[in-house]
Amino acid sequence: MTLLSPLGALGGAVLAALGAVGRATLFALDALGHILRPPFYGREFALALLQIGWLSLPVVGLTAVFTGGALALQIYAGGARFNAEAVVPQIVAIGMVRELGPVLVGLMIAARVTSSIAAEIATMKVTEQIDALVTLSTHPMKYLVAPRVLAALLVVPGLVAVGDVIGIAGGYAVATLSLGFTPAVYLRNTVDFLEMWDVLSSLIKGCAFGGIAALMGCYFGMMSGRGAQGVGRATKGSVEAAAVLILAANFLLTGVFFSL
Amino acid sequence: MIGLDGVAKAFGPNRVLQGVDLDIDSGTSMVIIGGSGTGKSVLLKCILGLVTPDAGRIMLDGQDVSRADRDAFLARFGMLFQGAALFDSLPVWQNVAFRLLQGRNRLSKSDARDRAIAKLRRVGLTPDVADRFPAELSGGMQKRVGLARAIAAEPEIIFFDEPTTGLDPIMAGVINDLIREIVTEMGATAMTITHDMSSVRAIADRVAMLHNGRIQWTGPVGAMDDSGDPYLTQFIHGRADGPIEAVR
Repeated sequence: MTLLSPLGALGGAVLAALGAVGRATLFALDALGHILRPPFYGREFALALLQIGWLSLPVVGLTAVFTGGALALQIYAGGARFNAEAVVPQIVAIGMVRELGPVLVGLMIAARVTSSIAAEIATMKVTEQIDALVTLSTHPMKYLVAPRVLAALLVVPGLVAVGDVIGIAGGYAVATLSLGFTPAVYLRNTVDFLEMWDVLSSLIKGCAFGGIAALMGCYFGMMSGRGAQGVGRATKGSVEAAAVLILAANFLLTGVFFSL
Repeated sequence: MIGLDGVAKAFGPNRVLQGVDLDIDSGTSMVIIGGSGTGKSVLLKCILGLVTPDAGRIMLDGQDVSRADRDAFLARFGMLFQGAALFDSLPVWQNVAFRLLQGRNRLSKSDARDRAIAKLRRVGLTPDVADRFPAELSGGMQKRVGLARAIAAEPEIIFFDEPTTGLDPIMAGVINDLIREIVTEMGATAMTITHDMSSVRAIADRVAMLHNGRIQWTGPVGAMDDSGDPYLTQFIHGRADGPIEAVR
């Protein structure tokens, strides 16, 4: 019995995890169904676009510019070991567009937007505002979840595009101001090297990461427990889940893109 | 009009409702009393469909509510929540007019705003409150806004969940009087959950006491003091000694 108890605990944890995955999957399918069916709440959608998109621009821009700059320095130093310093523009471009741009934007959105959505919806649940919505003949999935998920699906690819450009600009600034690269040559190398598929894969990743971030915020908010502790747990859980799922999705999508 | 037949609900091992039978006639103001944690709010949420009962039937005008059209069913109800449950992101007038701005028969924004301001006046609030946000209001004002929202669409049935909780005695009296006036003038059926005995006497036509997951006593408010039921007598006099355990 004692020997089996760790196995029992492990089995229980696996079952709990599978149950959570199942609930989250059903929630996501339900949310996507509500996006497609009326009524649509235009005001809520516009507010979500503003909150997720426009108001995230500063943190996305700052993250991207510093990452692009650091990337240029690293590639220059690493490339110097085998006389390949000249590849800085190409590697910064492909690194930002294919990988770092989408992942960093996704993680920033998870930190900024997922937490905010989870805390807001969890507080609404704790203060009975979600029950109030139901008594006012308004479906919480339609009013709270669908607009946020749709806005994230549409606007995060745009943020990724902005992050890609600003990240490349950060690398450009460092390379031309302190590493001795010629501005025109740097830009030409960047543009010539990038392919349309690089950009498209970046935007597809942005769409997926945006959906994950918004869905996790909504899911943990709607499932939150009671009181301030319930709100805190929902917020923490949503960010952890969104960050892990974004990194896992990035790995899977990268594998799929390379296999195409 | 509203009939409860053997309604039961448990949360894990905690059997909150253990077979509630109750009839509320049309146009009657029924007040459900009972100690904290006896399942009063759960009962109310079962009727509204916010919580699904494990057993029993809930009938509205002879029709099982679990088979009724959900939107049409909810359109007949208004509800004042314990903490008012106003939407933080919306100004007061949009909170009040929320239902009026939804659905096929939605009003224009200006008409909905006019109706909201009329309802705010009805609950004793001035029009300048309309454009403020809930966080800018006192607890008493929030309750009034919640009341205005509950009556905005002129429902046939209004539920009040602990309407005076957290209010000072004077504001509690104001809310009680407002509820009584509004229910009488609208001819609505009202169901109020409370353990505030001054609310009971101000609002109720009939009273039902919930204890141990069942209706312990029910009758007209005037018969409450001479009921002879030891549970009800202990409760209305707030005594620690009696059949109800003081520490639950």
